[in-house]
Amino acid sequence: MERDFDITLTVNGVRVQRRVEARQHLVDFLREDLGLTGAHAGCEHGVCGACTVRVDGEIVRGCLMLAVQANGRRVDTIEGLSDSGELAALQKAFHERNALQCGFCTPGMLLAAQELVRAGKKCTREEIRAHISGNYCRCTGYHAIVDAIEQVLNGQS
Amino acid sequence: MKAPAFAYAKPRSLAEALQLLSSPGAKALAGGQSLIPSLNMRLSSPEMLVDINGLAELQGIRVDQDAVTIGALTTHAGIERSDVVRKHLPLLAEAVQHVAHAAIRNRGTIGGSLALADPAAEYPACVLALEAVLLVASGKGARRVKAEDFFKGLFETDLRAGELLTGVEFPVAAKGERSAFVELARRQGDYAIVGLAARRAATLRLAFFGVGATPVLARHAAAQQTLRKASEALARDLDPAADLYHSAATKLHLARVLLERAWNAISTSH
Repeated sequence: MERDFDITLTVNGVRVQRRVEARQHLVDFLREDLGLTGAHAGCEHGVCGACTVRVDGEIVRGCLMLAVQANGRRVDTIEGLSDSGELAALQKAFHERNALQCGFCTPGMLLAAQELVRAGKKCTREEIRAHISGNYCRCTGYHAIVDAIEQVLNGQS
Repeated sequence: MKAPAFAYAKPRSLAEALQLLSSPGAKALAGGQSLIPSLNMRLSSPEMLVDINGLAELQGIRVDQDAVTIGALTTHAGIERSDVVRKHLPLLAEAVQHVAHAAIRNRGTIGGSLALADPAAEYPACVLALEAVLLVASGKGARRVKAEDFFKGLFETDLRAGELLTGVEFPVAAKGERSAFVELARRQGDYAIVGLAARRAATLRLAFFGVGATPVLARHAAAQQTLRKASEALARDLDPAADLYHSAATKLHLARVLLERAWNAISTSH
């Protein structure tokens, strides 16, 4: 019975080959094996959303997917999506609105919010809150974060 | 925390998966959105995970005359996007809006949720209300289990060792059928404090969840002609235990609040 596997995947556009333990989570693989520490390991049981990354274009919990399951997939992290400029509008709005709170949730918030931006429709504040509900961590409020996302979605300044 | 060590296999066919699952200590990995947390928290320690993702036999949503069959690996996001579900299973379309958060909806599956049978999850109540049939396979063959016979206890189902839930078959909503799905949760996407999947077809079916070890069909309440009588009768159907935040009395009160909302929703004309 195999416990270690060779995997090949594309991370932020770069082809990567590594040997991983079956039990290793995707977020630990990204952080520890590849040094991509932008996605955070928070609660490690799927509640806080700080580990959010994209797999084949869809956001997932990095702590609820095994690295071995990313074999053959395309993974994008906050690092790659920042460098490509895809998140630039959201990042600018987060900066302007000081939408950071303690900052631990920010990478996951940006990836979750970008799903709404990509969907291309206007949202009410309630809809924005429903969408980022999976990224609530230890802070409270999130008003400035909703403000920033609303600014980008609805073109308010 | 980190998961304990385990072996991993990714079968290429259902037959291969069932063969792997027949060995003791093997566990099926579907979307992993509940299984992997339980590994991370070391609440479970299987010897081998059999990753069923990618098995074509477990994918897809099909309409076949008077039934809709949803493959076990269909994700919450997939159910939400499905025109077939919206058209033929309006109760399920409403319920899926309450299932988990965006990133989890992209991986979590209907089969995984039903096989886990969390008492506060949405799908188990839906299959009860909709009189669905659960499709089960093992190396010995396939069998069909009525939703009413599937949920046996807390996180306990009729699935036996070596068996895999492969899909769910729902009767297509009949003309004139009405349904409502209502839930109270602390935040959008969380497990329910109390929820209700209600459906009025030939008879009324009220499947409550978050009120016991399994979803509960409120038969006494469903047999009443008026909301007031149904609300009174609900005390004979439900005996909820307190949870960390809510007393038993609060839970029963909230169940009555939901009963009123659902009753009114399915009683009013279009």
